[in-house]
Amino acid sequence: MNMLQQIAEQNLLDIEQAKAAGRSVIGFYCLYSPTEMAVAADAVPLPLCGTRNTPIAAAEEILPRNLCPLIKSSFGFAITDTCPFFRFSDIIIGDTTCDGKKKMFELLSRYKSTHVLQLPQNQDPETALPLWRSEMDRYKTIIEEKTGIHISEERLRAAIQLMNRERGARKALMDLGKIDPAPLSGSQVLEILFKIGFMADKEKGISLMEEVVAQVKNGAFRSDAAAVGNGKRILLTGVPVGLGSDKVVKIIEQSGAVVVALENCSGYKQAFIIDEAKDPMDALAEQYLSTPCSVMSPNTGRFDLLKEMIREFSVDGVIDLTWQACHTYNIEAFRINELVQETLNIPTLHLETDYAESDTEQLRVRIQAYLEML
Amino acid sequence: MRKRFAGIDIGSRTIELVVVDDSGKIVISLQTDTGFDPMAAAKNLIHSVEYDRIMATGYGRNLFEISFDTLTVTEIKAHAIGARAFFPDVQAVLDIGGQDSKAISLFESGKVKKFEMNDRCAAGTGKFLEIMAKTLGFDIETFGREALLAENGLAISSMCTVFAESEVTSLIAKGKSRREIARGLHTSVIQRAAGMINRVSSVGDIVFTGGVAKNPCMRRFLAETLGRNVLVPEDPQLVGALGAALLAREIP
Repeated sequence: MNMLQQIAEQNLLDIEQAKAAGRSVIGFYCLYSPTEMAVAADAVPLPLCGTRNTPIAAAEEILPRNLCPLIKSSFGFAITDTCPFFRFSDIIIGDTTCDGKKKMFELLSRYKSTHVLQLPQNQDPETALPLWRSEMDRYKTIIEEKTGIHISEERLRAAIQLMNRERGARKALMDLGKIDPAPLSGSQVLEILFKIGFMADKEKGISLMEEVVAQVKNGAFRSDAAAVGNGKRILLTGVPVGLGSDKVVKIIEQSGAVVVALENCSGYKQAFIIDEAKDPMDALAEQYLSTPCSVMSPNTGRFDLLKEMIREFSVDGVIDLTWQACHTYNIEAFRINELVQETLNIPTLHLETDYAESDTEQLRVRIQAYLEML
Repeated sequence: MRKRFAGIDIGSRTIELVVVDDSGKIVISLQTDTGFDPMAAAKNLIHSVEYDRIMATGYGRNLFEISFDTLTVTEIKAHAIGARAFFPDVQAVLDIGGQDSKAISLFESGKVKKFEMNDRCAAGTGKFLEIMAKTLGFDIETFGREALLAENGLAISSMCTVFAESEVTSLIAKGKSRREIARGLHTSVIQRAAGMINRVSSVGDIVFTGGVAKNPCMRRFLAETLGRNVLVPEDPQLVGALGAALLAREIP
């Protein structure tokens, strides 16, 4: 874990060096945007999605208060110039996911060159996929113009292979949670996944994750496992969680349970593989559009993924997290409860909160009462 | 001497201490104001009684656990156990305390099935009623009785304590009857509480606990709104502490 801190510091230098060497940096806000396009253009892709409470007050000078904290945090980091990764970015790629984000991007474009992908509202292969496929062409042109590099099929295939390996390494790390007792706490897995996301050198990130998996399989971290291993096994579903917005994970684990699985876009929703046999542009369009986020209507993929994960991670309970004012996850919570509680007969707990710490004790009593029920 | 087990419920407004004997019968019950130093107030209470084991609940339970090295249980489970001690077959509990409210449904076995709690503000809690009573110049003890004396209630749309207070102030300025405003406030709190109960439980008797259950207007409106039987223990504020004491007794 100390190693992670060093790597994070080294990483900032790596990005500066990459920029000095003429490589572009491309900032991403959402899992729907294929980072392969940036990698294929020899650019550095960086995740920019805001996970900290600090810049929210500044964002509220422009954005309404009753907006999701993730959007406010993302925007706040941008306008206060307090996020090095935003500063490094030459162009921002967004998607028309939820209402809040797409309107926020309109304002964000005043601060930084921004391109917003027109994401369809469902995943229908006849109507939505062709639209999304044409967006991929526009997206490719934008990246080529920005970086001055022609994205050949060969380059794109190589980028897909590299990113498949990275996602494979992420999945292997997250799959450690299938072991009972879990060898790592949810907080530990979250921290590794979060910090690796910013790494300019993808190979470094992959080998680091492979190293952690190998160490765990060789019996390292066992003392930790004893500490966290006696608790109830919790699957966290819903909105994305990162460092700074992980208070729910912390409270769950402080209360003696362990978060063994993250069914969200900062977790297992990233555990997909792009089909390397297909035409690369078609394969990217198909796989990314199938991301099971609540912005899709219907969003059947999430229910399938949840069922699969509940079984494979042998979980005792499911906690569904919604950021305040995230309507799509908040409404979908009703159906998640139906699926998990009524169909699978596992109690669920739905929590709605923001990034502020002010409701910590209220969350604690809900979480502890829920754990008493399991 | 027979063994004794204590439960302490450290709430935002009051602290209750209940001691039961090894048959589960209440032998002592005490109450004090929480004040600004809850641990000192709790310490005074526990030093005035003798027991073999104690369990803490309420919002102050974690601080108590650290200060006195004891076991803790959430208010949810404590109220479930305590309510069943008074009414053995009941499967729904509504607790409205000083700063939070909760609706709990139980399995036949008494285990917690589902629960709902209010948001982080004091909307619809004892604190809300207390501030509104003060704004209207009523004593909190008689607030419910005064409300019941009005024939009709005035509609109050705000549930936020701050907004509701200014709404009430403007109704007073319009010369409206204090009792009618009071009745309207009770109705709006009950509508919110009824929604919470309906989300966790749809049929059967409801045990109503917490300080707000002492209010006759709240009891009557709750029963009328839900069309269900509302049962109130003799001292509804003791239920959490009793539940904790009974749990302390169950530990081998």
